[in-house]
Amino acid sequence: MIRQDHDNIAESWQLRAEGFPEGQMSTTPKTLFEKVWEQHVVVEPKGEPTLLYIDLQLVHEVTSPQAFEGLRLAGRKVRRPDRTIATVDHNVPTTIEGRLNIVDQIAARQISTLRQNCADFGIELYDVNSREQGIVHVIGPELGITKPGMTIVCGDSHTSTHGAFGALAFGIGTSEVEHVLATQTLPQSKPKTFRIAVEGKLPQGVTAKDIILAIIGKIGTDGATGCVIEYAGSAIRSLSMEGRMTVCNMSIEAGARAGMIAPDETTFTYLKGRRFSPKGDAWERAVAEWSKLPSDPGAKFDRELVIDAAALVPYVSWGTSPGMVAPVTAAVPDPAAAANDLDRKSFERALEYMDLKAGTHFEDIPIDRVFIGSCTNGRLEDLRAAARIAAGRKVSGHVHAMVVPGSQQVKAAAEKEGLDKIFKEAGFDWREPGCSMCLGMNPDILSPGERCASTSNRNFEGRQGRGGRTHLVSPEMAAAAAIAGHFVDIRNWEVREEVTA
Amino acid sequence: MEPFRTVTSIAMPLDRTNVDTDQIIPKQFLKRIERTGYGDFLFFDWRQTPAGEPIKDFVLNDPRYKDAKILIAGKNFGCGSSREHAAWALSDFGFRCVIAPSFADIFFSNAGKNGIVLVRLAEEQVDKLLQNAQNIPGYQLTVSLQDQTVTDNQGFKASFEIDSFRKFCLLEGLDDIGLTLRHAAELDKYEARHDEAAWLQAK
Repeated sequence: MIRQDHDNIAESWQLRAEGFPEGQMSTTPKTLFEKVWEQHVVVEPKGEPTLLYIDLQLVHEVTSPQAFEGLRLAGRKVRRPDRTIATVDHNVPTTIEGRLNIVDQIAARQISTLRQNCADFGIELYDVNSREQGIVHVIGPELGITKPGMTIVCGDSHTSTHGAFGALAFGIGTSEVEHVLATQTLPQSKPKTFRIAVEGKLPQGVTAKDIILAIIGKIGTDGATGCVIEYAGSAIRSLSMEGRMTVCNMSIEAGARAGMIAPDETTFTYLKGRRFSPKGDAWERAVAEWSKLPSDPGAKFDRELVIDAAALVPYVSWGTSPGMVAPVTAAVPDPAAAANDLDRKSFERALEYMDLKAGTHFEDIPIDRVFIGSCTNGRLEDLRAAARIAAGRKVSGHVHAMVVPGSQQVKAAAEKEGLDKIFKEAGFDWREPGCSMCLGMNPDILSPGERCASTSNRNFEGRQGRGGRTHLVSPEMAAAAAIAGHFVDIRNWEVREEVTA
Repeated sequence: MEPFRTVTSIAMPLDRTNVDTDQIIPKQFLKRIERTGYGDFLFFDWRQTPAGEPIKDFVLNDPRYKDAKILIAGKNFGCGSSREHAAWALSDFGFRCVIAPSFADIFFSNAGKNGIVLVRLAEEQVDKLLQNAQNIPGYQLTVSLQDQTVTDNQGFKASFEIDSFRKFCLLEGLDDIGLTLRHAAELDKYEARHDEAAWLQAK
């Protein structure tokens, strides 16, 4: 970790105060991350971590109850309820009947505790019956609450999603949730910077999900520990906001503290007119400020990596860690290839858990379940992509496939386009929004031994249900696997009916 | 938070890499709203069969390591979910220290807030400690935070790095909100100016 010490704290404070807007006072080329960081430095006490201001905290039912309890015990208030929003996503059942009457009493109590906490501390809650409820990382952007240049935290590791807007967004633990509720700040050591440029044109059938799976496969699940990644390059710039969110979402799976992408016209077009986006003159001013954020030419990064987009393919994870990925055209790799003894043991253990043998071709692996959804791939564009594959076909007889929109707004928009009909006609189960089978805290879980093609972010042992086996793929690959009953190379898929949106 | 000075204890070897927080504390226990009582659920799926029978060859069930306060593990320990329940479960079970080649960032922060010292040693050193803990009956380690050292009675000695402020907080058992509020005046002043940046307002 890098620590910036100032000999004269008072002087550095003075500079910041007079040079407002902060972060613009020096001519040294700066990275996107450095600009956002510097603008949020409250104080840099000598020999201590920087105190960083937090623009927005997102709260959900699972990681917040102990934080609110801590506030109560200390007699503290929420410092900025206007910079805090809450929703329910992790626990909520994805059937209408299930949501109205939550059978799991422990889950029900956690949800009612959040309601009480939000009422007591004056926090806006997007509750189960709200038309804007959804996965916290889906609703922040779609409401226009997430904005470029912000610092955003949430008691959830996939907070990195919001970095797609050029925000510095990262997951925190419950003690830190309490700290931010009480002070709207966090003591932070300055992370390192890691620029990953994906250059060139993505081949047909290769998606944002494949970009991030390829990156994790290449650098490993601890490849970016202690770093904030900036994703750059022509392939990243050509992604939609949804695609950028998919990439930033899984930064944590590469060990990164956060992932960021410079805001540009794509970002501004996405944000314009959203409920909490600035309006009128304030919008023009905001765009002018946000446009200053991209890394300056010549800005120095601690590490850099360039990836050739044209060389990327559709990927499938085969093991119990997101770094265990391979091209769909490949076979399950051999543990003998592991670098050392401990790695080999983990490798063998993963194959045993997954009930796979080295050398088996992915296209020969039958599946039992398909999950399309999550904060990684539960947005409208993801559902459109999956529907295009499923249109005019039927889910394989031995597969149960479900689609869980990321939010109520995603669900409504998809239904307006008729995507729900395409899915239902093909035999997919069309559900209510939430985290669902990404982590299986609600009733949506795998049974022991079941094998699932999933658009989520983690293939850990038991993640989707004890004994369940998760393979991470793109929405297109998941939809195709549902139809075929096994993994298929989406690049060879024949689309039967064009989905018009 | 309990201050950490020196801990001498049996060392438990967990020879797995990328131990994620889903394994440390599975999801079904995240529905609780309490902060205590997670020790029974630590490594739940590795500790017992779905029928509730103890899995004998899992190290937490090995009587040789009963009462261990030090856990030794492979690289990237604590990866995955931000759940602080992982730190609560380790602490509640009795662990005060984890030794590994590397730790995931969020877990690293969570551990510190709960008085758990995370010791980063080189992979070869950790391998050596794993082997010793597996092969030498009653193998004990001493972790001194003050001296930043790990020692045994077999001649092993390694020093580790730790951020000086984090070390100070762990030694004294301090938590953060009170420390931050020492800067309340600077915070008020900063916040008043920062609120003028309408493009950074949430709503």
